[in-house]
Amino acid sequence: MTNKEIQNIVSTWSDKLEFSEEESEFLNVIVPQEEVHSICSQLKAHADLKFDYLFCVTGMDWGKELGVIYHLESTTFRHNIVVKVKTEDRENPSWDSVSDIWYTAEYHEMEVYDFFGIKFNNHPNLKRLFLPPEWQGFPLRKDYVDEENMIIK
Amino acid sequence: MSIPLSITKTIHDWLFSIMPESAASITEMVLIATAYLILFAVAGLYLVYLERKVAAWFQLRLGPNRVGPLGLFQTMADALKLVSKELTSTDRIDKLLYNLAPYFVIITSLTALAVFPFSKQFQAFDINIGMFFLIAVSSIGVIGILLGGWSSNNKYALIGAMRSGVQTISYELSVGLSILTMVLLTGSLQLSEIIEIQRTGGWLILQGHVPAIIAFMIFMIAGTAETNRAPFDLVEAESELGAGFHTEYSGMKFAYFFLAEFINMLIIASIAVVLFFGGWLSPFGITEGITWFPEVLWFFIKVLIIILLMMWFRWTFPRLRVDQLLTLEWKYLLPINLVNIVFMAIIIWLNWTI
Amino acid sequence: MESTVKSNLKTEEYFINMGPQHPATHGVLRLILTIDGEIIKNVEPDLGYIHRSIEKMCERDSYQQIVHLTDRMDYLSSHINNEAVCLVVEKALEIEVSDRVKVIRTIIAELTRLASHQLWWGVLGMDIGALTTYFYAFRDREMINDIFEETCGARLTMNYNLPGGLMFDIHPNFVKRTKEFIAHFKTKIPEYDKLLSGNVIFQKRTKGIGILSQEDAISFGATGPVARGSGVSSDIRKIHTYSAYDKVNFNEALSTEGDCFARYSVRIQEMWESLSIIEQLIDNIPEGDIQTPTKAVIKLPKGEYYQRVETARGELGVYVNSTGTKNPYRVKFRSPGLSNLSVINSLAKGSKIGDLVAIMSTIDIVVPDIDR
Repeated sequence: MTNKEIQNIVSTWSDKLEFSEEESEFLNVIVPQEEVHSICSQLKAHADLKFDYLFCVTGMDWGKELGVIYHLESTTFRHNIVVKVKTEDRENPSWDSVSDIWYTAEYHEMEVYDFFGIKFNNHPNLKRLFLPPEWQGFPLRKDYVDEENMIIK
Repeated sequence: MSIPLSITKTIHDWLFSIMPESAASITEMVLIATAYLILFAVAGLYLVYLERKVAAWFQLRLGPNRVGPLGLFQTMADALKLVSKELTSTDRIDKLLYNLAPYFVIITSLTALAVFPFSKQFQAFDINIGMFFLIAVSSIGVIGILLGGWSSNNKYALIGAMRSGVQTISYELSVGLSILTMVLLTGSLQLSEIIEIQRTGGWLILQGHVPAIIAFMIFMIAGTAETNRAPFDLVEAESELGAGFHTEYSGMKFAYFFLAEFINMLIIASIAVVLFFGGWLSPFGITEGITWFPEVLWFFIKVLIIILLMMWFRWTFPRLRVDQLLTLEWKYLLPINLVNIVFMAIIIWLNWTI
Repeated sequence: MESTVKSNLKTEEYFINMGPQHPATHGVLRLILTIDGEIIKNVEPDLGYIHRSIEKMCERDSYQQIVHLTDRMDYLSSHINNEAVCLVVEKALEIEVSDRVKVIRTIIAELTRLASHQLWWGVLGMDIGALTTYFYAFRDREMINDIFEETCGARLTMNYNLPGGLMFDIHPNFVKRTKEFIAHFKTKIPEYDKLLSGNVIFQKRTKGIGILSQEDAISFGATGPVARGSGVSSDIRKIHTYSAYDKVNFNEALSTEGDCFARYSVRIQEMWESLSIIEQLIDNIPEGDIQTPTKAVIKLPKGEYYQRVETARGELGVYVNSTGTKNPYRVKFRSPGLSNLSVINSLAKGSKIGDLVAIMSTIDIVVPDIDR
């Protein structure tokens, strides 16, 4: 299916979605925090879309906003879509986990929590994945400062 | 006690002439025991060297070849290193059992060696229940393994010891039953009798044809499992959980466990040679009548061939999982063994032996 | 970790660590097992022992420097990792590299894949207990390492790729030695295959063990031979073709059973396919430039770029978000190992510890790939 057709179908589910195709090779859709779980489960379940393969979960710090980028693909139709979720709340960002839709999200969301501090509700086991449990701070945020370990050129 | 060669007859007479009777016989026993200890400890060391060389040949490399000519002193050097190592132990071990465990294992192995006939005149202890003595003594070794694992206060050692205990106890059944099959044929448990019967009638594996061959195959499988060697070596499977029951041992105590494994291999091979392949007899009676030297040589050549077979298994086959191992014993080997005994009994009754 | 284990603890279960230093975990991976006798109730990996914050380092390095960081992720497919970053930069700058570069990159990628699978085979045998396979595998892997050393200068972490082409041309002996290697290795694969797969003990240890269904494989995001062993057609070389893979004919190795033996036979089949790809390309390496010139300071135009390649372990994805400066704003490496490892709990639950070793070997993870 082409990006236009996908956009037509998805835009009927909610009117708070923003689509864009510039500066990227995929169709991007920005989804508000409250609707993440419902949009994602519909993306997987819809018979013409069937996005059953979540292949990349990227945490992102856009300077003012924090967010997560989900890259999805369908193994049957081989079309892609990119779901972006942004929030301006840097103290306590959280939204629903999608690990019950795609099992692979379990570890990737732990990684995003570890590096960005974004909490996922209903996650089976949300804790730090790579860093030791007593680590303070979230390293991949742009405002992270660590004088002894970071070498800045 | 049978009197070995004329040198020892001289020593025997000399001892009895200079001391009272009881002291002399005790001294004689101590001398023979020391001789056996030294001989078989060194033999154990050379078996380790042989294993390393055979492994190297299978793996397309050279093996030890630096220490001494052809690397022959390699295990001596290793033994020296092990002797000089610090005997570390953890804090909360059970001290008595921890120190006692290796001794169970090494003492039973060396004791079992006493009954083997290396030649007509060369046998330390020829009692009329020789075979039974052998099986009984080797069964004590499992206590050492269980004690070692338990007293180490270490989860992995305990799991390893439990697995090993289960494995050894199960396979002892098969070993015992296949020995029993051959004893049916000989009618006697005394080892020198067994060899005498083979001298007149031909090797037992030929005399008993089909059931004897089946008994031999089961004996080899069960014997390899008894000594915790591959493909049944999950006890010491390094890729699974540490080093098994001897994780917490170091230095000489570890050397005891290690050496005991190789001496057990020697024992299993010796039993196989005595029971199935005629002990020290030469094939077709070639060197019949010449004194002790060719007989000892034949015995060791046959033992060496069987040991090479066991080493071949180790470096070729992958490892069995513990439940597959137990299934093999209880569901396959044991029923086959029992049927085989009946089969052998029928053959003897109908006089169909060769 | 404390909370999950304590709530499940009953008096019969206790938990054991496998690793981080352990012969069977292929790297510094710690698995916390909750076992009941010999049966495994839960497997929880504890990662991060070799975390080197590669993604954070990429935010301060230039694009040529990022290529060198990717070698150390999945070090057994280091050339393919390098290729991924170079391809994403070339895609963003819209540079077209010459056919010579594409063909050479493909040949070296397939040789890397073969070397990785050889090591996997050797270590699989060793884990299951047949200790001799390790030596046979390394003997043949040395031939590939020697070819790499002559052409690229290094045996494992090659750094031969640049955005825009290759660092230098191939050595004159490259074609001859590669052909000798192919002729030699073609006689070896059947021998090795029969040594393990014909052995009844090996079959009992791998057939029917660790079955991964097709839906689970897709949902867990498994890629590479782990997914192909369960029937999921996921070869990036065929689906999103790159370099010279559109010029060669090869089959995708698929199997439907989803057990350890299926993953094993998929990798053996992949070795045959790699040999066939190299054979088709090695005789006709086209002439051309080795490097398409780029500026000394590479700046990608503003935007997001994604490139996927097929490493020996599965699909590696490189996501680059650039704001137009000389360093990327964010780089994310989608590692195949993390998704492949996530299947371990569902595969190993209810099986025995010996099975866990077989499952870990056939999933074939490299821990620096997971930890980055």
